[in-house]
Amino acid sequence: MEAVTEPSVLATLLNIGGILLAAVIFAALLTWGERRLLGFWQDRPGPNRVGPFGLLQVVADMIKLFFKEDFVPKFADIPVFILAPTIVMIAMLMGFAVLPIAPGIGVIDLNIGLLFFLAMSSMAVYSVILGGYASNNKYALLGGLRAAAQTVSYEVFMGISLMGVVMMAGTFNLREIVLAQEGGWYIVPQFFGFLVFLVAGIAESHRLPFDLPEAEHELTAGFHTEYSGMKFGMFFVGEYLSVILISGLITTLFLGGWLGPWLPPLAWFLIKTFVLVVFFVLLRAAIPRPRYDQLMDFGWKVMLPVSLINLLATAAILIS
Amino acid sequence: MELFYFYLAGTVAILATAMVITRLNAVHALLYLIVSLLAVACLFFQLGAPFAAALEVIVYAGAIMVLMVFVIMMLNQGDAAVQQESAWLNPKLWAGPGILCGILLLQLALVVLLGGGGSSEGFAPKAVPTKEVGIALFGPYLIAVELASMVLLAGLVGAFHLARPATRKHTDSATGKERNNG
Repeated sequence: MEAVTEPSVLATLLNIGGILLAAVIFAALLTWGERRLLGFWQDRPGPNRVGPFGLLQVVADMIKLFFKEDFVPKFADIPVFILAPTIVMIAMLMGFAVLPIAPGIGVIDLNIGLLFFLAMSSMAVYSVILGGYASNNKYALLGGLRAAAQTVSYEVFMGISLMGVVMMAGTFNLREIVLAQEGGWYIVPQFFGFLVFLVAGIAESHRLPFDLPEAEHELTAGFHTEYSGMKFGMFFVGEYLSVILISGLITTLFLGGWLGPWLPPLAWFLIKTFVLVVFFVLLRAAIPRPRYDQLMDFGWKVMLPVSLINLLATAAILIS
Repeated sequence: MELFYFYLAGTVAILATAMVITRLNAVHALLYLIVSLLAVACLFFQLGAPFAAALEVIVYAGAIMVLMVFVIMMLNQGDAAVQQESAWLNPKLWAGPGILCGILLLQLALVVLLGGGGSSEGFAPKAVPTKEVGIALFGPYLIAVELASMVLLAGLVGAFHLARPATRKHTDSATGKERNNG
């Protein structure tokens, strides 16, 4: 997959297929990796029985999901119910299209790459909202409402926190943003932008500690209460895909993407992304879930001012 | 080939919009509206305005429509709303406005086809990159941007006024309620 400088049709197809396949496989492996890591941090083995290190647990889970009854409740809004889980998968996989993984690896070099990512992440919201609505179930509806409010709010700070990077690089093109970081990673001058984006990323992918839309202690399973079988599996894989996508994007925007000494570019990108994914899992193990109003308060009263001040300060420094 | 994709996206937009009007279930109508907005974003992209396309998706399809779905979800409309809607779709009610709009559409089509109104070529001569949009907004259109921000500020202040937690002074005069936690 190295050295695909002139885009022939075969190379492009290989690129697209390779990235999609890798993304889905990594997302599936993450279901196992996350539980192993959580086990490690919580002093218990985690899934370690099936295959070497329990690696085949992924396969076992997949078989289980495929053979479960795919139940569609009679009271549901059936077309929307079926449509909902596909949206998050599609939107997240589309998001991978603009991710510059290494020189020559990456589906499309869009000059509005960053905006395209934001657009796709705002499309992914529909999955949760429509899932919650179509289930026609109190818990699901509450989960959907929470998801809508949470993602719409955190999208605002997510967008604003990225503008500092855009101003410094002078472009929305993710590949050019990486190249602009040859003099130094943006995590140093844009540290607050990085923090806000990280938190907003967790909220956007509604991962623990911000998984209020599916908080099981109060909403049974939130928006996916009525889902079973592979439909539930798609929500699940979509969530892991978004974790990987956000990690990849943080790598690209703040950690210099594929740049780094000695190792090949692809290795650097994978290492940085992997470290961030592990950090996401560690957050889940370490931080308790806030209350829903605390989450919203934190967003509008802390994240918004921080990201706005960061934006203003960056602009002032760049102009002076 | 470009033209084919253009007309494909255009057809999707028109069909989706027709479905928006004829759906009886409000959420289904909104879903078609989202499809229509996405199709329009595709059109913008093909016309060489990628920035407008991205904003169309982020702002309209991604934020405003989410809020619309949010509100309709909370209204929890059941079969009653669907029946009411089907009563409203009585041809007697929409035939008049429909015919009048049809005349306007015909006029517009004639103007475009006969080349009466300026340039009639479908595609913009050049792409408009993000930077040019920014320069235009902060150059010749600066006053319009400032006016728009004033309007938004007024909206923000108004929303804050409506949603503020009631203080003691207000509760005495207006509702007599205790604090309602905003």
